[in-house]
Amino acid sequence: MAAALRAPGVRFQWRIRAAAGGARGAAAGRQGYDLLVIGGGSGGLACAKEAAQLGKKVAVVDYVEPSPRGTRWGLGGTCVNVGCIPKKLMHQAALLGGMIRDAPHYGWEVPPLVPHDWRKMAEAVQNHVKSLNWGHRVQLQDRKVKYFNIKASFVNEHMVCGVTKDGKETLLSAEHIVIATGGRPRYPTHIEGALEYGITSDDIFWLKESPGKTLVVGASYVALECAGFLTGLGLDATVMVRSIPLRGFDQQMSSLVTEYMASHGTRFLRGCTPSRVGRLPDGQLQVTWEDLASGKKDVGTFDTVLWAIGRVPETRSLHLENAGVNTHPNSQKILVDAGEATSVPHIYAIGDVAEGRPELTPPAVMAGKLLARRLCGQSSDLMDYDNVPTTVFTPLEYGCVGLSEEEAVARHGEEHVEVYHAYYKPLEFTVAERDASQCYIKMVCLREPPQLVLGLHFLGPNAGEVTQGFALGIKCGASYAQVMRTLGIHPTCAEEVAKLRITKRSGLDPTVTGC
Amino acid sequence: MSSPPGRRARLSSPGTGRSSSETREELRRRLLGLIEGNRVMIFSKSYCPHSTRVKELFSSLGVECHILELDQVDDGASVQEVLSEITNQRTVPNIFVNKVHMGGCEQTFQAHQSGVLEKLLQGDSAYDYDLIVIGGGSGGLACAQEAAVLGKKVMVLDFVLPSPQGTSWGLGGTCVNVGCIPKKLMHQAALLGQALIDSRKFGWEYNQQVKHNWETMTEAIQNHIGSLNWGYRLSLREKAVAYVNSYGEFVEHHKIKATNRKGQETCYTAAKFVIATGERPRYLGIQGDKEYCITSDDLFSLPYCPGKTLVVGASYVALECAGFLAGLGLDVTVMVRSILLRGFDQEMAEKVGSYMEQHGVKFLRKFVPVMIQQLEKGSPGKLRVVAESTEGPGAVEGVYNTVLLAIGRDSCTRKIGLEKIGVKINEKSGKIPVNDVEQTNVPYVYAIGDILEGKLELTPVAIQAGKLLARRLFGGRLEKCDYINVPTTVFTPLEYGCCGLSEEKAIEVHKKENLEVYHTLFWPLEWTVAGRDNNTCYAKIICNKFDNERVVGFHILGPNAGEVTQGFAAAMKCGLTKQLLDDTIGIHPTCGEVFTTLEITKASGLDITQKGC
Repeated sequence: MAAALRAPGVRFQWRIRAAAGGARGAAAGRQGYDLLVIGGGSGGLACAKEAAQLGKKVAVVDYVEPSPRGTRWGLGGTCVNVGCIPKKLMHQAALLGGMIRDAPHYGWEVPPLVPHDWRKMAEAVQNHVKSLNWGHRVQLQDRKVKYFNIKASFVNEHMVCGVTKDGKETLLSAEHIVIATGGRPRYPTHIEGALEYGITSDDIFWLKESPGKTLVVGASYVALECAGFLTGLGLDATVMVRSIPLRGFDQQMSSLVTEYMASHGTRFLRGCTPSRVGRLPDGQLQVTWEDLASGKKDVGTFDTVLWAIGRVPETRSLHLENAGVNTHPNSQKILVDAGEATSVPHIYAIGDVAEGRPELTPPAVMAGKLLARRLCGQSSDLMDYDNVPTTVFTPLEYGCVGLSEEEAVARHGEEHVEVYHAYYKPLEFTVAERDASQCYIKMVCLREPPQLVLGLHFLGPNAGEVTQGFALGIKCGASYAQVMRTLGIHPTCAEEVAKLRITKRSGLDPTVTGC
Repeated sequence: MSSPPGRRARLSSPGTGRSSSETREELRRRLLGLIEGNRVMIFSKSYCPHSTRVKELFSSLGVECHILELDQVDDGASVQEVLSEITNQRTVPNIFVNKVHMGGCEQTFQAHQSGVLEKLLQGDSAYDYDLIVIGGGSGGLACAQEAAVLGKKVMVLDFVLPSPQGTSWGLGGTCVNVGCIPKKLMHQAALLGQALIDSRKFGWEYNQQVKHNWETMTEAIQNHIGSLNWGYRLSLREKAVAYVNSYGEFVEHHKIKATNRKGQETCYTAAKFVIATGERPRYLGIQGDKEYCITSDDLFSLPYCPGKTLVVGASYVALECAGFLAGLGLDVTVMVRSILLRGFDQEMAEKVGSYMEQHGVKFLRKFVPVMIQQLEKGSPGKLRVVAESTEGPGAVEGVYNTVLLAIGRDSCTRKIGLEKIGVKINEKSGKIPVNDVEQTNVPYVYAIGDILEGKLELTPVAIQAGKLLARRLFGGRLEKCDYINVPTTVFTPLEYGCCGLSEEKAIEVHKKENLEVYHTLFWPLEWTVAGRDNNTCYAKIICNKFDNERVVGFHILGPNAGEVTQGFAAAMKCGLTKQLLDDTIGIHPTCGEVFTTLEITKASGLDITQKGC
C-alpha cells in the first residue's frame, strides 16, 4: 500500500507546478468553489448543505477506501453506513428478541424458542442504509452541491486533487476548505493474523452471513454495543478487555453496563490481551491470548474476531503537509481552534478528524452548520462543545450528559460535590419478570445550594430518549432544586430522575422500595 | 351583633373585587397568625355576656388569654366574616386553645367539665390523631407517610366501594389499581404485539399467527398490583401509620366515623384532616348502563376477554383503553359525543385519533348511547346498544360483547359528611375549592388530588401536593405545590406527551400574533426497517416571540413520548427557549433529538413531511 501511495505523490509535485502556472484559470474556471468539503459524512454534508443554502458554490468530495475485508459503502460517512444507524437497528433487533421473550408474560402465545435469521436482518438494515445513501445524494443535488466520488489529497493550500476508483484525476480549488474525513477502525499492529482474519465495525453491519461465535476485542462503546446486540441475537459473544470498559465514561455506570451484559449472556475476558490469530483447517479462528495478571496463555476458537480497540483519523492520505495543516503528533488528528480553523486560516476541520472533539454525529453536524454560517457571514456563533449528551446503546442503554462523577470530583473536590442516586424498576420489567438490578440513575451536583447539576447518568430502557430533555435542562443551568420541582410523568422511567432524593454521602440504601 | 354600617363601608371601599379579596386573604392570614401564636385566643365583643363568662373561666384557671374585641377594632365586621369562614361559626365568643378550635362559650365549658380543656391547655392532644387522611390513593398515602416521618400520629382511612359490577381492590387508590399501572401494562402488552410484528422484519422467525390470551395477561397484571397493595400496607406499617380499611364520614368537627365491611362503626378524632378520596367513573344515566356496562374500574381485572367492545367517551381513559384493546387484536369502536381529548391540544388529539383509526379502531362521531340492552348472558355476553346522533334525528344500533363507559369521573365528596362540618364543595362538579396551600374553607381540613377544583388529575401532582402539604403542616416548611407546566403523557397506541400550553390555550393567553409555532413530522429509526408509517410522528413547540422565544408549550406524538417529555419538562422549569433548543446537541439516533433541529414554523406553511433523513 505504501508503494502505491508513493506514485501519486510524485504526480502531485508536477500538479502543483501546473496549478501554480494556471492559477488564474483555476480560479475563474469550472472547478473553482467558494467551499470545498472533503468527506461526505454527517459533519461534512451538514456544512456543505448549509453553505449552499446560503448561496455559496459548494463541492463535496467523498471516497470510501474499502476495509481490509473489502467492505465498502455509499455517501453519508460512518454514522449512516457503519455506525449509529446500523448499530441502532441491530440493537433494536436484539431488543425485539427480548420483547419476544417478554410477550408470553403479557399473554401472547409465542413459541418458546424463536430463531433469528441474520441474513434477513442484515438485508433489511442494509437496504435502509442504501436508501439513506440515496437520500443524501438527492439532498446534495437539490441544494446544488457538486458531489465527487473521488479520493482527495491536498496539492497546495487552495487546491485539492481527487482520484476516482479508476485512477482518473480531477483538480479542485476553493476559497475555503473543510476537512471532515472522520476516522476508521484501528487494527492492532503487532498481533499475528489480526489484519488477515479479523474484521471491524466497518464490516460487521455488512456481513451477509451470521458472524457466529464472536470474539470482540476492546471495551470501547463500539465493542460493548456490538457484543451486546450479537448476544441479543442469540450468538455466543465474548468481550476481551485489556483494562477498563468505556474509558472516559463514568466508571460506576460502566461497570453496571458490563455487569448487566454479563448477566445476560455476554462473556467477559478481563485483563487479557490477544497475541495471535490463526485459521484452523475447519475455517474457524484460533485466538491465543495472555492473562496480564498471571502471564498465563490461553486459547479459544471463534468464527469471527472483531477488533474494536479504537479509531484512527483519516489524515494520512490527505497530504496535509502540502497545505501546511498541522496535526497532533500522537493522535494524528488535525489541530483546530475554537472556530474549527486549522493552522491554515482558510482550512477547517470538523468532526472525528479534529483534535479534542467528541466523536459523535450531532456535534459534527452542528459544528458543520455553524461553520458554514460563519463562513457565509450569517452569524459569529461558535460551537459549544460543553455538555454534549450521548447514549451508549448497550443491551441496557446508558445515557449521559455533563461530567462523570470522577471528573466532577477532580474539578470541584469531593467536599463540593453531591451525588444523588437511585436504583429503580421499570414498570414493564415487573410483569415480564426481568431483572432490574442495574437500572440506576445518578445526578452529580455541586453541593452548595442551589446545587447546580453537573452531570446526569441514566441506565435503563430508552436512555437516549430520557437523556435528551435533561441535556437541555443542564444547558439551561438546571439546579437540583429545579429538577425536583419538576413533576414526574407516571409511569415512566424518566420520572425517577425527578424523584432522586438519596445522596451518596448519606450512605442510605438507594434501592427503590414501593412506588 | 352587627357592626355599624359606616365601618363596613370603609372596609369594602378599597375598590375592585380583586383587591378586596386580597385584603381578605391578608386578614385571614393575620387571624391564623393570632390563632397559631397564642395559647388561648378569644375573639369576643366587649359587651357580650357569654364572652365575659369565658374570660372569667380562663382567669379562674389562671390562664392568660389573648383577646380581640371585635367591637373595638375598625375591621371587626370583616374579622367576624373571615372567622366564620375559618370555623364555620358566626358568633362570638370564638375560642381557640393551643391552635385548636374550641367553639363558643357552651363548648368551652363542656370541654372544661370533660377535662378536654385541661388536656389542651397542657399541650396534650385532645384528639386521637394529629392527622387523619381519608383515602389511601397516591396523594393520601404520600401525605400520610410524610407526616408520619415528621413524627406525627397519623391514620389513613381507605375503603373501596365496589363498582356496580362488583369490582373492588386493595390499598393504593386509582393509579395503582384501576389507573396508570394496569393501563400502562396493558398498553405495553399491546406494544409487544406490535413488536412481534416488527420482529419478523428484523429477522426473528416464527409462526405468523400469534394469539393473545387475556386471562394470562390480566392475571400477571393483577399479581403485580397485589404486590403493590401489599407494599403499601408494609410501608404504612413501617412508618407507623395506622391503616383502617373503613369508610370515613365526618360526623362533627374534628370527628370522623369509620364504617368497616361488616358495618361496624368506630369514631376517631384528629386535629387535622386531609381529604384525598379521588374520583370514580361516571355512568350515563340511561337504561341498562349500570347493569350491563363496565368502566375502567372493571376492565383491568375482567376475568374474561371483553371481545368486541364499544368504548363510550373520548377522554384519555377512553382512547387509551380503546387503543390497547385494539392492539390486543379486539374489534373496537369508540363512540364520541363531540371532541377527542378535551383540554388537550386539538391538533395533537386529532392526530392521536387518526393514528388509531388507521390502525383499526373505528370511530362513531357525534353519537351518544340512549339504551343498552342485554341480548345474551355470558363471559362476555351480547349487548345491543342504541345511540342517537347529537346533530339531529338519526339513530344507530350495534351489537357488542362489552360496553366500556369512559365519559368522565365524579369526585367522591358527596357522601363523606362534609356538610356536617361545613366544608364547601362545588355543587355542580362535586370538587372541593382550596386556596394555594390546599386548605378548604374549614381551616383544619385540607384536600389534595383529583377532587381539587381546577387542578390536574394526575398521580405525581397528588403525590407532590400531599408531601409538600405534610411538610408545611408539620415540618415548618413553606414550599407550595407548583401546578404550572406539569408534564403528562397519554398512552395511546402512538403515545402523546406534552408539557405547558396547548396551541389553543397559548393563543388565548398570549394572542396568536405573539406566538411562533415550530413543528415537524418525523420517522423513528426503529420504524424504518419495520416498515411502519412514515410522516406520522409529530413534534411541536409553541414559543412566545416577545419573551425571548420562551417555550410555552411542548408536544410530541411518537414512541416513548413519556420518556422524551420528562426531561424537556425539567428544562421548561428552567426557562427553556428556542435558542437553547437550537444550541443543544442531539442524541443520535433518538426521537428526542428532533427538538434540537426544529426549523419550520407553522406560519411559514412549509412542507414538514420527511423525505430524506
